Amino acid sequence: MKITRAEVEHVSRLSRLALSEAELDSLTGEMDAILDYVEQLNSLDTEGIVPTAHAVPMENAFRADEVKPGFTPEQALGNAPDTAESAFRVRRVIE
Amino acid sequence: MNYETVIGLEVHAQLTTRTKIFCGCSTEFGRTPNSQTCPVCLGLPGALPVLNRKAVEFAIRTGLATNCRIAPRSIFARKNYFYPDLPKGYQISQYELPVCEHGWLDIDLGDGQSKRIGITRAHMEEDAGKLIHGETPETAGSSLVDLNRACTPLLEIVSEPDMRSADEAIAYLKKLHQIVVYLGVCDGNLEEGSFRCDANVSVRPFGQKEFGTRAELKNINSFRFIRQAIEYEVERQIDLIESGGKVIQETRLFDSGTGMTRSMRGKEEAHDYRYFPDPDLVPLVISPAWIEEVRATLPELPDAKRHRFVEELGLPAYDAEVLAADRNLADYFDACVTLAKDAKSCANWVMGEVLRKLKETDTEVVAAPVTPELLSGLLARIADNTISGKIAKTVFEQMWLSGETADQIIQAQGLKQVTDTGAIEGLVDQVIAAHPEQVAEYLSGKDKLIGFFVGKVMQASQGKANPGMVNQLLKKKLQG
Repeated sequence: MKITRAEVEHVSRLSRLALSEAELDSLTGEMDAILDYVEQLNSLDTEGIVPTAHAVPMENAFRADEVKPGFTPEQALGNAPDTAESAFRVRRVIE
Repeated sequence: MNYETVIGLEVHAQLTTRTKIFCGCSTEFGRTPNSQTCPVCLGLPGALPVLNRKAVEFAIRTGLATNCRIAPRSIFARKNYFYPDLPKGYQISQYELPVCEHGWLDIDLGDGQSKRIGITRAHMEEDAGKLIHGETPETAGSSLVDLNRACTPLLEIVSEPDMRSADEAIAYLKKLHQIVVYLGVCDGNLEEGSFRCDANVSVRPFGQKEFGTRAELKNINSFRFIRQAIEYEVERQIDLIESGGKVIQETRLFDSGTGMTRSMRGKEEAHDYRYFPDPDLVPLVISPAWIEEVRATLPELPDAKRHRFVEELGLPAYDAEVLAADRNLADYFDACVTLAKDAKSCANWVMGEVLRKLKETDTEVVAAPVTPELLSGLLARIADNTISGKIAKTVFEQMWLSGETADQIIQAQGLKQVTDTGAIEGLVDQVIAAHPEQVAEYLSGKDKLIGFFVGKVMQASQGKANPGMVNQLLKKKLQG
């Protein structure tokens, strides 16, 4: 086993996914199979190869420090389920 | 048992770029909520972050000024967690390969001793948005999210756990604060959150090698509160251990109202950030040429300034400290010295009258109506005995109000010092004639009365007589 049910449960909690017992069972099996498949990469000799941080062989994409027009508050809040005082409104996060 | 305090500090310095770290939205403080956003900082699907080159330059500047090694190659990583102020569900930060590492700062321990505090790393990251917890009846059950601050560039500067007291922690913070403000990379405003500090505090019995379990103190927005928070936390941990308890590793919030720290996060929110390289951003490569280009633009830093003020200008250490504390003040002083030459008298005037007046009128030194040019003009008139130091203070007051030169004021008001022996002699004779009793006392050995006579003569001359000449003439005449 590459991954335990307890780990899947933990990761689902981190991801804020509410999974049923049955889903946890099936996902544990699926994720185990995926990890097993990816495990094949470990058979390659990667001695002296720099870890890849990005799939495109490119570096230093910069922008200049110049202000560009963005959204109005109305546009920014356009998709929000709830708003108040020009802000996104969510359930209170501290007492 | 005696305990040793161990402190490590994490400082978040907000970089003074005009725009955010990965998009072109303005970073201006205090605007209408959500008026400075775009698809990138709102984390809308498909939007791609692009790194602000200026933010990188500022990170290099800070790294060089804190003796860090600038990484030739660094990468950005996603730090995953859920909170309403974080639109994407992750913060773009740096993890394994930060832009600066292995630096240090020397702090002054006050008794002429200094101590080197290690800087583990400094990495670039984006800020989160701001949460306002509803205060009106209508919003009482809500938290309001303002994303203007989301994606603002931060440099997180992490120290080694090298500090052993609140005093050392404050000395380190003040030094770092002074440097980032000098560099112009951070405005240093603690209240607005431009310079934020988290303190990792633990205690251990003296002599023990291993560190104790630490608590991370957050939410502290003044140097005074940082001291309070650390001192409270040290007491709390020692009491806990002494009474048989155990310190647990946790985040604690400082409450400036009570002066206490309290636990912030429950166990279920234990950190598990699952960092991984952000595939939206390509590696950052900093060439030696770029580093040298930035190094060439570094200003003279506070330590170097203090050293120069003492070694080259002959100022006392205290003066050097006061003058170098603020870059603009130091520049003002330097400009005065260039014009007036006499460094000590410039220092006295800048630290005395100029600072007093700036404070009194709540003025920034760059906006002082008496410019270095004007001040050096005044100092020249003292040096050549046109006016006394005392009259000079009156002239200075008027220069501050009118912006006129010292010469204009001296001329217009006839303040030129009387150095004509005949005129002063006349006054001396009058004073001696008017005070026969004091003359008798003086002659019977009460030498201190000379001050009384000088005062009278100066008064009679409306402050314009040359005090040295008055003194000389009085002594001569009184001896008969």
